[in-house]
Amino acid sequence: MSDYSAAAPAVTGRKSRRGLAEVLFRLRKSPLAMFGLIFILCLAFVAVFAGVLAPYPYQKQNLMHSYETPSRQFWLGTDEFGRDILSRLIYGARISLQVGFIAVGIALFVGGMLGAVAGYYGGWIDNGIMRLMDVLLSVPQTLLAIAIAASLGPGLFNLMIAVGIAAVPNYARIVRGSVLSIREMEFIEAARAVGSSDLRIILKHILPNSMAPIIVQSTLGVASAILNAAGLSFIGLGIQPPYPEWGAMLSGGRQYIRDYAHLTLYPGLAIMLTILALNFLGDGLRDALDPKLKR
Amino acid sequence: MIRYILRRILFLIPVLIGVAFCVFTLLYLTPGDPARMILGDMATENAIKEFRAKEGLDKPFLLQFGNYIYKAITQGDIGRSYITKRPVMNEIMATFPATLKLAAFAIVIAVVVGLPCGILSAIKQYSVFDTLAMIFAMIGLSMPVFWLGLLLILLFSVHLRWLPPSGFDTFKAMILPSLALSAQSISMITRMTRSSMLEVVRADYIRTARSKGQKESVVIWVHALHNALIPVVTLCGLQFGHLLAGAILTESIFAVPGVGRLMVESIKMRDYPVVQGGVLFVAVAFSVVNLLVDLLYAYIDPRIKAQYR
Repeated sequence: MSDYSAAAPAVTGRKSRRGLAEVLFRLRKSPLAMFGLIFILCLAFVAVFAGVLAPYPYQKQNLMHSYETPSRQFWLGTDEFGRDILSRLIYGARISLQVGFIAVGIALFVGGMLGAVAGYYGGWIDNGIMRLMDVLLSVPQTLLAIAIAASLGPGLFNLMIAVGIAAVPNYARIVRGSVLSIREMEFIEAARAVGSSDLRIILKHILPNSMAPIIVQSTLGVASAILNAAGLSFIGLGIQPPYPEWGAMLSGGRQYIRDYAHLTLYPGLAIMLTILALNFLGDGLRDALDPKLKR
Repeated sequence: MIRYILRRILFLIPVLIGVAFCVFTLLYLTPGDPARMILGDMATENAIKEFRAKEGLDKPFLLQFGNYIYKAITQGDIGRSYITKRPVMNEIMATFPATLKLAAFAIVIAVVVGLPCGILSAIKQYSVFDTLAMIFAMIGLSMPVFWLGLLLILLFSVHLRWLPPSGFDTFKAMILPSLALSAQSISMITRMTRSSMLEVVRADYIRTARSKGQKESVVIWVHALHNALIPVVTLCGLQFGHLLAGAILTESIFAVPGVGRLMVESIKMRDYPVVQGGVLFVAVAFSVVNLLVDLLYAYIDPRIKAQYR
């Protein structure tokens, strides 16, 4: 019996490698998806090495250079405190990506577990969990995030929680749907027959086999989490000064829009390009992972 | 059909109570004593105790929630503002018309622009127009509404001086906020119309219509569009609900005196009952709009109507 269970992951591993290679092959055929992937990888690189790449510390004030337009010294200009906008954008990438990925991580963990439990057990557990998700889904995601953030108060951690919790129902529904389509399959029955526990079946067999829609939703989810977080920071519920979150930078610069448009132009552009790249990547992944579109 | 309507309405009741429960719990968990916030820092301990007893704030959580629901249903009372001391419902009702008007204008713009763009994109698939429309749609989906709003102000108010940057009292003042709010919906409607049309034009009955010698314009505008529009109508309805919620950011940029701006101002002043009341109100409006969309969907799609005959 132990031989059987040891052999199973090896087979799954070979299959998943083949699957991954095929997905990457299909993804490479979409120039927009590749643009998205490369852009996000570059942004992640910039975020990780922000300390090395940023020309100035993000909080360094220089009132002698306030409101400067782009120049050789300050490539994207400076803000009202003379802080370098490029440096703040580079550090802001770290915060925005952190918020996007951690919020989706929270949503994926909570929503994924709820969805998996609901789908696997069915009955009243499924009914109870999914009706709760229906209730949460009946509040628009942005509004729910605002309500949670208003209750928790501003701050990076609370922002991630608010954005993450607001997205939980989306993941719960997707994972439940996948679990429902998989749970009656023969390999699940086989796992049950060899005595695997419910938790092991869910974690080792069901979730890995329902990854395709989860990956697509997560990629698009990071985009919407970044957008939601920027919106919350814009209305004062997210990151507080002096941290350079893109939405907060936009909000700070809006009062100077008549005379110093560059204060709002670049943070907005950074948000838009990041969301655009994630959307292209998400769309590309959806096409690459959708079996209906295969040859 | 009446059975379907009744079932959907009955289903809405527990959802709304659930939403109210979530909103009430959030307010309950928010730090700070409501009695002290309403009466102010100068209030005596006795006065606070008396107020807590009078308002039922000293009761257990579930009892307080029961009281909240009872008052909300029977008197439309969802609390009182910490700042103005006025009932939250009055504050919301005074601002809701502006939000409704903004969302309505935005959805009209979204349909008028998005629908023809989606149809043309599908008819001229892989053409320059199709490519451009899809690129703009993707940009529209990725552009934060608050940034687009600022760009519109910069272009039309600061540089061209054509339109006012704030307010909502004249038709001219309504244009920029409605445009900013509609951008994402335009993109979604364009994409949905295109994909829906492309799916329909490959259907057998379209091939049959063509093989019978129907003119291409009749095939597209009569046969294809009729069925392709069913999911688009649903999307438009759902978008209207989302626009009610999305108006929060737009209203705060353009100083539109709506529920969204009221909520943002209340967040800044920590006036939590107004924030939570606003969330509850918009969530209820959103649920009602969704219900109406479902009913409309059942009405226009004979396949659904037939299930409930």
